[in-house]
Amino acid sequence: MKEAVLRVFRGTADGGELVEYRVPVAPGMVVLDALHHIQGYLAPDLAVRWNCKAGKCGSCSAEVNGRPRLTCKTRMDSLPADRPIVVTPMKAFPVLRDLVTDVSWNYEVNRKIPPFSPRAGTDWKMSQADVDRVQEFRKCIECFLCQNVCHVLRDHGKKREFGGPRFFVRVAALEMHPLDGLSRTKLLKEELGLGYCNITKCCTEVCPEDIHITDNAIIPLKERVIDDFYDPLAKLLRKVFGRKRT
Amino acid sequence: MSRPYETREHDVLVVGAGGAGLRAAIEALARGASVGVVCKSLLGKAHTVMAEGGIAAAMANVDPADDWRAHFRDTMRGGKFLNNWRMAQIHAQEAPDRVRELEQWGALFDRTADGDILQRAFGGHTFKRLCHVGDRTGLEMIRTLQDRGVQMGFHVYMECAVTKLLTDGDRVCGAVGYWREQGRFVVFRAKSVVLATGGIGKAWKITSNSWEYTGDGMALAFDAGAELVDMEFVQFHPTGMVWPPGVQGLLVTEAVRGEGGVLRNRLGERFMERYDPEKLDLSTRDVVARAIYTEVREGRGTEHGGAFLDISQKPAEYVKRKLPSMYHQFLELADVDITKGPMEVGPTCHYMMGGVRVDAETAETSVPGLYAAGEVAAGLHGANRLGGNSLSDLLVFGRRAGLAAAERAGRTGPGAFDERQIDEATAEMLAFFERPDGESPYAVHRDLTETMQSLVGIFRNRDDLESGLAKIREFRDRWDRIRVEGSRLFNPGWHLARDLKAMLTVSEAVARSALRREESRGAHSRTDFARSDPTWGKKNIVVKRVGGAMELSERPVPEPPPDLKTILEAP
Repeated sequence: MKEAVLRVFRGTADGGELVEYRVPVAPGMVVLDALHHIQGYLAPDLAVRWNCKAGKCGSCSAEVNGRPRLTCKTRMDSLPADRPIVVTPMKAFPVLRDLVTDVSWNYEVNRKIPPFSPRAGTDWKMSQADVDRVQEFRKCIECFLCQNVCHVLRDHGKKREFGGPRFFVRVAALEMHPLDGLSRTKLLKEELGLGYCNITKCCTEVCPEDIHITDNAIIPLKERVIDDFYDPLAKLLRKVFGRKRT
Repeated sequence: MSRPYETREHDVLVVGAGGAGLRAAIEALARGASVGVVCKSLLGKAHTVMAEGGIAAAMANVDPADDWRAHFRDTMRGGKFLNNWRMAQIHAQEAPDRVRELEQWGALFDRTADGDILQRAFGGHTFKRLCHVGDRTGLEMIRTLQDRGVQMGFHVYMECAVTKLLTDGDRVCGAVGYWREQGRFVVFRAKSVVLATGGIGKAWKITSNSWEYTGDGMALAFDAGAELVDMEFVQFHPTGMVWPPGVQGLLVTEAVRGEGGVLRNRLGERFMERYDPEKLDLSTRDVVARAIYTEVREGRGTEHGGAFLDISQKPAEYVKRKLPSMYHQFLELADVDITKGPMEVGPTCHYMMGGVRVDAETAETSVPGLYAAGEVAAGLHGANRLGGNSLSDLLVFGRRAGLAAAERAGRTGPGAFDERQIDEATAEMLAFFERPDGESPYAVHRDLTETMQSLVGIFRNRDDLESGLAKIREFRDRWDRIRVEGSRLFNPGWHLARDLKAMLTVSEAVARSALRREESRGAHSRTDFARSDPTWGKKNIVVKRVGGAMELSERPVPEPPPDLKTILEAP
């Protein structure tokens, strides 16, 4: 049987090393299968976070050969066979143990976002065309790969000032909900630091759900912030007509 | 010896953060209770995210003739009338309101041309009844509930596992657990506890379930003296992936057939014509699973031992819009473009109809202060669950459990438990590290899943079940000798060793109940008792711990009142 060589980070926040494991390769195998083999036969205490193994829960995020990936969707046969497969934890979050990182910061950011607030007197009718746009954002499985790859977080560590792509997607879903009546532009500008994003599209590239994070969420949100804070005419018109854009 | 632990206190403790747990927590919060939610994974990752096809609710948006009576009748018929009729009635009556509520909390379902929630056909449902979001309905539901709960202010204890319920006399008053991350112990004091821990699929080799599905709640309840019921009824979903090996068992949503997908064998025959000429591919899951299994066994299976499921006759754009996850799943994991050719599918262990016996109105178990909702509970689905009835179950009975648990918390004080209970629980967890040598928990788990798959699977007989039970007893002995390597810091081997104990308890309950029921009904198929027996059709099997041992008894199925009987008898 064919064999693959994996070099997996073993360690804690205090440091660690890459440990080499040899794993038999089966057709269609994914990196998470290889990690499970290691747990089952070679290192029962290898820490890996995973749940569905079907690309639906977003738990098994890690970096494979330096690329942020869901390990359950990364086929072994998509990686170069002539060198070891290097698996390391997401870089933007503190390591707890081995491939498991502390992603609790994301849950704190999420709490800042005001929830869906339906406009008074709505009849709950929506057209599929209006819903389509938001359903793209609702596909997000919270794998946090976009957060991991965003240079504002990854390289500059601006976790206090910046919300990150995942939460711009969430705010976009609320702002563009056909029946939502709240504006969150002040939050975007002042608390989530939308201005830090300089649209390099790294987040869009790594999204396993193919959400067009930059084009469909971040840029329209930036336009809304500009309208609300830097375009007095648009602001006045909205005050007069009291109509939320959809 | 007392080991260090921290203490948290709530009116209501919810164990599990899938659809049922979150809905229970939201309801208890709305009633003014302080609520703690414990979950083995991160918030939002629970098994509910994997639910694909939809939520069954008789909203009549697409088929105006639908109403709760039709939904009630379909559910009872699908469950071969072993269901608790009152649960089936409440479920059918309340599901539409629970769906509307989700929409009011921000969920965005697919729409009809009139702008209402769109509904699709599914197996065993007379009308188009499943409210859905493409094929990712569960994700929409869990995200909606998660955001709602966070906004209302529940405390979520993520990556924390409960190993034992604490009791004061005959009532439950808390739980002992440990943080998966650090391995430290934690004690939760609570006036009521809601179990919402899901099922037991990880005891089988080919399963659509994640690592979390280890029967925790059923085992916790059993250990605390609560009754389990209908444990012989394990649902094998007819369509899991069969190739490549790494994805074997991964779910292929019934929505593929709901949207017009057709099953064929290697010879190109629409074999469902032989098994259910009327409902064909949309027959109930027990029937379709047995049909595929039989086709394969009789030599008409596909190359990798399954059946073909084909939706490629529909326009490619339609398939991608209505079944996006399936399209990507097959393209990325199996190199199959489902808009161009058929999928290969076969049965996969998917759902537990049995579980903790509960009161239909309050979801309270036979132990005071202990509630159960969702897959961990039993009664609604009887001998076979209809697709789409699980998500609605979570909402309807999650809400009722949260409500009753909060009400109870309002009228009782915190219970008192003696420290010995905590000592026992923590000693058991640490014993794995203290043995000088022993077996890996992974080895024992592998053997358990092989045994359940081959001896307690879709088709059963006395010899297989008896050897299965003998093996489970061996696994118990091996469990006593398990040794865990490494430290308590995020150690999956240690976590599995703990989960295995629950799996062994529940597996034994399944095998013993299956041996006791000498007939075939719904998901329970005995080759040595191939027919349904009307006498057995009037009995549920109850499993209970008596004096430290597992005991089975038979209990009459509750009779529906005359007005509901009339509904059931309608053509």
